[in-house]
Amino acid sequence: MTAVDERAPALELRDLEIAYRVRGRDREVVRGISFTVGKQQSYGLVGESGCGKSTVALAAVRYLPRNGRVTAGSLQVAGRDVLALGGEQLRGYHRDVVSMVYQNPGSALNPTIRVGKQVTEVFALRGVRGADARERALAILREVRIADPEQVLRRYPHQLSGGMQQRVVIAMALATDPSLLILDEPTTGLDATVEAEVIDLIAELQDRHHTAVLFISHNLALIRKTCQNVGVLYAGELVEEGPTEEILQNPRHPYTVGLLRCLPRGGVRKDSRRLDTIRGFLPAIGEHLPGCVFVHRCGLAQPVCATEKPVDTPVGASHRSRCHFHERAQQLPHDTEGAAVAPVAVDRATTPLLRVDDLTKTFRQEGHEIKALAGVSAVLWAGETLGLVGESGSGKTTFARTLLGIVEPTSGTVEVDGRPLPPTLGSRSSDDVAALQIVFQNPDSALNRRHTVRRMLKRTLAKLARVSGGAAEARAGELVEAVRLPERALSARPTGLSGGQKQRVAIARAFAGEPRLVVCDEPTSALDVSVQAAILNLLVDLQGSHRTSYVFISHDLGVVRYLSDRIAVLYLGRLMELGPAATVFEPPHHPYTEALLSAVPTIDGEQRTRIELEGEIPSAADPPSGCVFHTRCPRKLGEICESEEPPLAEVEPEHLLRCHIPLEELRVMQGAPHEQPVAP
Amino acid sequence: MLRYTLHRIALGLVSILILTMIVFAAAQVLPGNPGRLVLGREASPEAVEKFNEQLGYDRPLPVRYADWLWGAVRGDFGANYNDGRPVTDDLVPALERSAFLAFYAFMLCVPISIVAGAIAAIRRGRAADRTITIAGLSLAVIPEFVVGAILVAVLGPALLGWFPGIAGPLIGASFFTKLDSLFMPALALALILFGYIARITRAGMIEALAADYTRTATLKGLPRRTVMTRHVVRNGVLPTIAVVATQVGYMFGGIVAIEKLFGYPGVGLLTLTSAQIKNFPMLLACVLVIGIVYFIATLLGDLLTAALNPRIRLSTAQ
Amino acid sequence: MSGVRDDVPQLPVLVDAPPAGQPSLTHLDSPGRVRRETLRQIVRSKTFLLGAVVTLFWLVCAIFGYWIAPYHPIDESFAPSYESPSWSHPMGLDRVGRDVLSRVIVGARSVIVVAPAAMALGVTLGSILGLVMGYFGRWVDNVIGRILDAVLAIPLIVLAILILTALSAGQEGINVSSWQLIVVIGIAFTPPVARTVRSAVLAERDLDYVQAAKLRGERAPYVMFAEILPNVTGPIIVEATVRLGYAVFTVATLAFLSYGPQPPSPDWGLQIAEQYADISLAWWATIFPALAIASLVVAINLITDTVQQVLDE
Repeated sequence: MTAVDERAPALELRDLEIAYRVRGRDREVVRGISFTVGKQQSYGLVGESGCGKSTVALAAVRYLPRNGRVTAGSLQVAGRDVLALGGEQLRGYHRDVVSMVYQNPGSALNPTIRVGKQVTEVFALRGVRGADARERALAILREVRIADPEQVLRRYPHQLSGGMQQRVVIAMALATDPSLLILDEPTTGLDATVEAEVIDLIAELQDRHHTAVLFISHNLALIRKTCQNVGVLYAGELVEEGPTEEILQNPRHPYTVGLLRCLPRGGVRKDSRRLDTIRGFLPAIGEHLPGCVFVHRCGLAQPVCATEKPVDTPVGASHRSRCHFHERAQQLPHDTEGAAVAPVAVDRATTPLLRVDDLTKTFRQEGHEIKALAGVSAVLWAGETLGLVGESGSGKTTFARTLLGIVEPTSGTVEVDGRPLPPTLGSRSSDDVAALQIVFQNPDSALNRRHTVRRMLKRTLAKLARVSGGAAEARAGELVEAVRLPERALSARPTGLSGGQKQRVAIARAFAGEPRLVVCDEPTSALDVSVQAAILNLLVDLQGSHRTSYVFISHDLGVVRYLSDRIAVLYLGRLMELGPAATVFEPPHHPYTEALLSAVPTIDGEQRTRIELEGEIPSAADPPSGCVFHTRCPRKLGEICESEEPPLAEVEPEHLLRCHIPLEELRVMQGAPHEQPVAP
Repeated sequence: MLRYTLHRIALGLVSILILTMIVFAAAQVLPGNPGRLVLGREASPEAVEKFNEQLGYDRPLPVRYADWLWGAVRGDFGANYNDGRPVTDDLVPALERSAFLAFYAFMLCVPISIVAGAIAAIRRGRAADRTITIAGLSLAVIPEFVVGAILVAVLGPALLGWFPGIAGPLIGASFFTKLDSLFMPALALALILFGYIARITRAGMIEALAADYTRTATLKGLPRRTVMTRHVVRNGVLPTIAVVATQVGYMFGGIVAIEKLFGYPGVGLLTLTSAQIKNFPMLLACVLVIGIVYFIATLLGDLLTAALNPRIRLSTAQ
Repeated sequence: MSGVRDDVPQLPVLVDAPPAGQPSLTHLDSPGRVRRETLRQIVRSKTFLLGAVVTLFWLVCAIFGYWIAPYHPIDESFAPSYESPSWSHPMGLDRVGRDVLSRVIVGARSVIVVAPAAMALGVTLGSILGLVMGYFGRWVDNVIGRILDAVLAIPLIVLAILILTALSAGQEGINVSSWQLIVVIGIAFTPPVARTVRSAVLAERDLDYVQAAKLRGERAPYVMFAEILPNVTGPIIVEATVRLGYAVFTVATLAFLSYGPQPPSPDWGLQIAEQYADISLAWWATIFPALAIASLVVAINLITDTVQQVLDE
């Protein structure tokens, strides 16, 4: 092997171009990008789906899919020309220089081999075997804060939780002190509290192992927390790069500006202002783009932008932008799709639209009883949104499905407009069925791929609104217009629509029968940030014009806060806290709410101090005694928490809390101001 | 694992029970008078009645089913129509012959097909892959007797004369004579299976090669051979086991034509001849035995898969 | 769960016209284009072409065999019997002095009539059963599944022999009509087709569009046939082409075992059964019908393989 320059940067890309061959044609995915990650530095690569970020990572480890290849440019890692490596050299490169962690830790580990063997394998490569290798494995697992490494070594991957699996993968990646560690969406799919722990861990280990990190994510807030520098990818081009804080405070590319404006942040709520959106769509992969890649969606675009590629321009200390008009980037016109919202007047004097009383659901699985819902009660008035918050297994989805009648409750009642609803869908009248509808998380799965939009809408109208023929055709046209799709969309099938458009169709379908209540089950989490804002605006508009109520489920607390009037926090099927959005999100609140909020990184100035939760979410088949949260509670009082379940008490008007700690003490602990929070 | 095993055996027994009902029901489409059918038009009415009484054909259907089932459980499948000897007299030696032939065919084909499938997966898209895939695919759909006939025409006495074209009962033949005489029938059966097993192996291997854990292993810097043997092959070949097991059963379908072609009196030929002379007790016994062989084979295949797959092995053990 | 795998080059495309004044987007992945490219890929494949040509050839023989064949297939007037291939009889003569070439050409008919019909019956029954099992699940799936398992335990050929024998129980010897063959093979194909369709339905059943249909009060038959069925046509088409090959396989094998056309029919399987005993005297009388069967099943299989590969991509 040739001599390696010790001072070389950890990763250096020069004009890298990568193409995929699809149906006999080369499609350019990465269109000439250059950036450098210095030794021991951390660099974030942010971009929406399809922008080429994972492709860059795979090229850096020389593991592109069979139909992908680097067509131009150079790629150096710690002084090695990666593209020229072959055979033994490539193996040595993998062994000593680079490591990679990707999403889905469950599939990254071999299902048929014990964790111990998979970890020690790394040391065996370096001639460390037997008891020594075992010692090293135990040490590295302790380093990733696995409490009982002996146990874990004996386990098979499927016996570990997702967070634990990802720790094992990280341990294997760092075991060799690589020069470069690539993390490709390492926390996607993990719960917020677990994600926070993994991110903390990565930052800590990076310091200790003197490793440079390339962190790939769609989430700017995560990158802010982990990386000194960030590069913004769009359609296979690096449109802007620079120090993370600088980019966040002073973006100089219209795409970055637009992206930052899309996020609901700083406690913005639906009645204060609309969210900005980025109009249009990402260009198709492999499309010929002679000018600026962002030209189709840019509010500042001039004729020159369509014909001439902007050059990479320095706009500050190590801050570069690829825009003809970078100095005006922040004057990008606000794009909010329509007028400002009129807040819905909620009349609390009337009968509530929805009243849920002591709803429980117990599943039976292989002899175990799993309490997915343990007595949840809630009330909702017309035009209001109830936000549901909680980690996986908290019962959010079961709650929503029980309302809809898809899941039959074990006990408890659901009332709409004061009328009790039959427990199952089959026994409900078609009016009851029409009254409660849902917008699913994944629009790909929610729409029948073989049906046209017209067919879906007209069929729904026939079943739920009892209109057919010409009237149905007219109503379908109105619905499509209401969700701001062109009329031509009626003839399209889902494969001809983008993700955001599909979700609009799903929303149109949900509103076809003039529902009283729509359950929104993570409606934007499968969508890119720039599309999310437009969907949220649409939901707010429809709520304003139809006085529809929402039950809104999301793991994104910023989104929940933007849309919700009241928020319910669930943990292991129990309601831990319920109250007005502002009250729940500001202290004093339940220790679990506090931990959840602190786990979520933000792109705003202040960063909350992280409240660390111990251990994992307990199994719902065997919930802890007393307060179910006591096993992880950072504010646990003592014995009483283990022995006695606290009641759900109204600690202040409209604010219910399930905790042994008095509200005043929580206020002191959580550093809240002493005056009563102002109710909205 | 124990719970899984018991569960699996229970399911198999239920299926065998349903199988006996189906088979017995099929036989009940029989005309009302088996004695007349068997003894022919010239037989006296007394003889016919005596025959029916002897074989119990004058009793109601459920009783006959229960009786037959109870006998079958004890290994007594009744007596032949034509000569009244116990069915098992002919069945057992036939089963032994077929088992020998089937085992021979498996030995010829399983190792080669798995290796070929694995090679095809590793050389995916290249000439070796195309050759193995197309050859395997084509061989898998040509009927056994056609392959057998072509093999005999080429390797048999007509042209090359390397192997005998007829096997015969091979009573008292030495082991090597058996191997020699049965080479062509075994090869015909093996060629059919080759394509099938190679294809499943290839698919499993391709999936394992594309899996994230294989990427993890490669990026650890493990030598390619270790990645293959430790990470890819084990996961990739796992699905093949169950497939090989089901093929044991299906082979008894092919064996009918092959045994007829080569005049080898195994279960297949026995099934065919007893069907053609409408010797129903024998036919039922043959079909049932073939079904039971299938269940035992799939049971063993599933248990072996479970033993090698910690996900199944450990999930029900807890 | 955002960040579903990045960069997989299958971006959806838009129906929206680009906002005014912007260049129009090229629709690289529009559904029409994908379909056209898929079809072109199938048609251009060499294996597909070979398979299609051979299948078509036998189809023509099946329909126009009597006109194409140089002699009448059951004319025994040629002598001597077992004459080896010559200019006037390119495939030679069989035991009773019939022209093998003519018999091979005309013999295509019986297979080509029975096999597709049996396949269609099996695929229809299997699809319905698979939809019912996959959609209802639970005990319905369990009960039908057990029965299918039991039937699957009997090899296809043995099952067919059992049923066909039972059907001709009251008669002398074994008489099998084309109708009986179609029904019996169709029924024997039902369990494997049902299994394939069932697993495809299971993957669909949990998708939200099924839930959405229930949430507007749709009944089970509508959900099964109007919502799920159009989404499982891919596996059903593949299964149909696979079954077609096996139908030919089965018909030929049954004919060889004399559960099919009776002498003097020129059916391929029957020819082999009749002529095989004298293979060392006259290999041509056996090998040409054998090659005919082999070429037809391999040709069908080449088509299947291409369709499957392209649909899988």
